[in-house]
Amino acid sequence: MVDSVFLALSVITIGSAIVALEVRSLIYGSIALMITLSGVAGFFLLLDAPFVAMFQLSVYVGSIAVLILFTVMLVRRELIFNKVEDKRRRYAGIGLMLALMLGIGTIIIGSGLKTMDTNSPMVDYKKIGEDFLTYYSPALIVMGLILASSITGAMTLARREDVMDDQRAN
Amino acid sequence: MTNALIDFILVSVALLAIGIYGMAVKRNAIRMLFGIEMIINSANLNLVAFSRYIPNSQGQTLALFSIAIAAAEVAVGLALIIVAYRMYRNIDIADFRSLKG
Repeated sequence: MVDSVFLALSVITIGSAIVALEVRSLIYGSIALMITLSGVAGFFLLLDAPFVAMFQLSVYVGSIAVLILFTVMLVRRELIFNKVEDKRRRYAGIGLMLALMLGIGTIIIGSGLKTMDTNSPMVDYKKIGEDFLTYYSPALIVMGLILASSITGAMTLARREDVMDDQRAN
Repeated sequence: MTNALIDFILVSVALLAIGIYGMAVKRNAIRMLFGIEMIINSANLNLVAFSRYIPNSQGQTLALFSIAIAAAEVAVGLALIIVAYRMYRNIDIADFRSLKG
C-alpha cells in the first residue's frame, strides 16, 4: 500500500513535470523543473538514500537548474515564450506518451516485481564512501577528469572570439 | 517500508514517458533539454529503488555517478545552445537546419 507522503510526492513530481513542458514562459518552466527535481530527491529520501538525495539537491536543484535559468535569461525575450505548435505533432506526441505509459506499465504490473518487498535494513551510506575509495576509485578519477574537461569544453564553446580584448574591458 | 517497489517503478515510467513526449514534440532547444533531464531522473529513480529493495549499495553508487555525468552533459548542452543562438539568433531547432551534415 502507498502512503500519503508518497502519493503527494508523485502528484507534485509528475504535475510539475507536465507544467515544465507546457507552461508558456521558459522561466516558469525552469522553476517547475526545479520542483520536479526536488520531488525526485524526496523519492530518494523515501527510499532511505539520504546521501543520494542530498547529492541530487545540491547538483540538480542547486547548480543545473540555476544554470538553465541563467541561459534562459541570456536569450532574447520573445524567444522564451512558446510559439504555436503543430497540432498534429502534438497529438501524436500525447498518443506516444500514453502508449508508452500504458505499454510499459502493463508489462511491469504483469511482471513478478509486484511481489518484491523488503524488510531488510537500509543500506549504510558509509558503504558507498568505502566503495568510492576502493573498488570504484579509478572510475571516480575518470569522472573527475570528465567533469573538468566538459567544463573546460563548455567554456571554450561559449567564448566569443570576435570580441577583442579591449572591447571586452568595456 | 510501506511502499512497494512497483510504485516507484510506475512513477519512473510516468516521468520517462513525459520526458519522451517533451523531446518528441517541443521545438525549443531548452525545453528539449528539460525532457532529457526528466529521462535521466527517471533512470536514477529506478537505480535507487532497485538498490533499496535488493538490497545492495551498488545502485546508489551508480546513481551518484549518473548524476555527476548528467551535470557535465547539461553544461556542454547549454554551451552548444548558446553557440547556436549566437549563430542563428534563435533557439528553435527547426532553424538549425544547416547544422545537418
